[in-house]
Amino acid sequence: MTADHAPLTLAEKIWRAHHIADLASGARLVAIDRLLLHERTGGVALQSLEAAGREVLAPAQVFATMDHIVDTTEGRSDDTRMPTGRDFIVATREGAHRHGITLFDLDDPRQGIVHVISPEQGIVLPGLTLVCPDSHTCTQGAFGALAWGIGSSEAEQVLATMSLRMNRPGDMRITIEGALGEGVSAKDLALALLAELGSGGATGLMLEFAGPAVEALDMEGRMTLCNMATEMAAAGAVIAPDDKTFDYLKGRPYAPRGDVWDRAVAAWRDLATDPGASFAKDVRFDAAAVRPMVTWGTSPQDAVPIGRTIPEGDRVERRKLDYMDVRQGAQVEGLAIDAAFIGSCTNSRISDLRRAANILRGRKVAPGVNAICVPGSMQVKAQAEAEGLDRIFKDAGFQWRNAGCSMCFFAGGESFGAHERVVSSTNRNFESRQGPNTRTHLASPETVAASAIAGRIIAASALEKA
Amino acid sequence: MEPLTCLTSRAVPLPGDNIDTDIIIPSREMRSVSKSGLADGLFAGRRYTQIGGREPDPAFVLNQPQYAGASILISGANFGCGSSREHAVWALAEYGFRVVLAESFSPIFADNCIRNGLAPLTFAREDLAAMMTAAEQVQTFAIDLPQGTVTVGECRFRFSLAPEPLEMLVTGADVIALTLNQRDRIEQFRRRDRERRPWVYLD
Repeated sequence: MTADHAPLTLAEKIWRAHHIADLASGARLVAIDRLLLHERTGGVALQSLEAAGREVLAPAQVFATMDHIVDTTEGRSDDTRMPTGRDFIVATREGAHRHGITLFDLDDPRQGIVHVISPEQGIVLPGLTLVCPDSHTCTQGAFGALAWGIGSSEAEQVLATMSLRMNRPGDMRITIEGALGEGVSAKDLALALLAELGSGGATGLMLEFAGPAVEALDMEGRMTLCNMATEMAAAGAVIAPDDKTFDYLKGRPYAPRGDVWDRAVAAWRDLATDPGASFAKDVRFDAAAVRPMVTWGTSPQDAVPIGRTIPEGDRVERRKLDYMDVRQGAQVEGLAIDAAFIGSCTNSRISDLRRAANILRGRKVAPGVNAICVPGSMQVKAQAEAEGLDRIFKDAGFQWRNAGCSMCFFAGGESFGAHERVVSSTNRNFESRQGPNTRTHLASPETVAASAIAGRIIAASALEKA
Repeated sequence: MEPLTCLTSRAVPLPGDNIDTDIIIPSREMRSVSKSGLADGLFAGRRYTQIGGREPDPAFVLNQPQYAGASILISGANFGCGSSREHAVWALAEYGFRVVLAESFSPIFADNCIRNGLAPLTFAREDLAAMMTAAEQVQTFAIDLPQGTVTVGECRFRFSLAPEPLEMLVTGADVIALTLNQRDRIEQFRRRDRERRPWVYLD
């Protein structure tokens, strides 16, 4: 930091490096470094661009994958359970080919959920601006990039101009002191923050996670934490890059090499908030107080420590309780489940699968529980198989799938049944998110695994005692 | 995009916070690679008696005759949270909505609104509660975007939109065309930036 400028936030340093022009309206024209597309919204953006007679400005900086609608069962093809799913897949594939956009197609060993494969491939890098028509793009802020979700129209603009007209979002920081306890994961931390700050806790702000508990997380834990920032209505999330970040990225296919790598790392080391920088909202949180969490309602903020009761009082909407078939003052722990799901851009990476497998090893899923594991990418799947994790999942009674978003939501047409109670390592417990009238309880992969074994919602620590 | 300056309409009351984009348009209603054909899927999970069906549920506000043709929707905090699907905005616009009044919006949803000529206007909780009551009483709302006012009977409520989204809505501008006018600036930036941050450029 030089003495001649006011202290800057990490986000402001990145915004400044992407400033193309001030607009008459007071907004800025901001350069975008990476655009990621998937078949649900990519095809329509490319189609609309073509209809307007416009070109893709920088195809080398655009990547596409198939994740939202594709089937995850063995022997999958362009056909999906949703009758028109094929149209989305084919439109995105043909559009990507026409414009020279790199596509991680169905049969590509690099295919997977966009926010899992982008880090795996070194597509996201510190200091970049990265956008994708997907709200969980904030996941990738874990690498010290400004990463946020956009709509299809904005994706079309980025295809044509590699820039966005925007008002710079304000800054928010959550400093997480202390250390997470044994058996408490980044997912529990994210749910505890949501319970504390609410679903509007970061509305419109670029949210920086900082502090010793964040530094202590590995890159996959940081991704899980950043992933849930959109559930607080944040504009995006960001964590200052450090040696863990650089070690993770070094040697990845799209990361720089040789001298350029050294130059890049030198530049990336400056990507931290200066002491004294100011934030529109600056919050402290104690990691040591976090317990394994589970949601009881239909918003991710409706989370409690497992073993605590559902809040009382008339601020709780009746509709949520009825939908979830739960009562105020009652425990979530012990509710019988019909299904257990491990997957999604929140928790489907190798460390998630390892922790879940540790719990499943030598145990069996309770009778009548439909248990499914969907690795986040084909690389995660291959790694898990190399470690023998697939055997543990399958021996326990879990289905072992190919990569995709799968039943985090049912874009491809596969869903859990009406009124089924599902414990899920995903990010949203909205009404009918995982299937018509399905009841979703969000939790960590450990809690999902333990609950699958018990047949009811339970913390992993309680399973060990049982 | 059709410019939006002033508008007079009844307002459809949809009380509650955190109305997410899955509620606005469920995944199963997004059947084609297209921005149109979505109005029938708007609020499908609440609007019809059965999931996947088309028999109107008379209890749902959009099916009540006094709100037919209304182009204003009023709801609570964090409207449009969840999935970034622009289909939620396309469905609202195709159905005929031009304005959404709420305590707050998900940022992606608000940006999607601006791109499609739909005004996302925010108000303090008390103002919103008063307007919700007026909407339930089927009063007429008069919205003046440049003036930043909503008038309902004798009451006037103020809102502010940042100049950029206001200009986009009022002029109905094609944002991509406007940005392409800056092509020289963009290319100049990219040339200089390539020297500074070569790792960004992958060709």
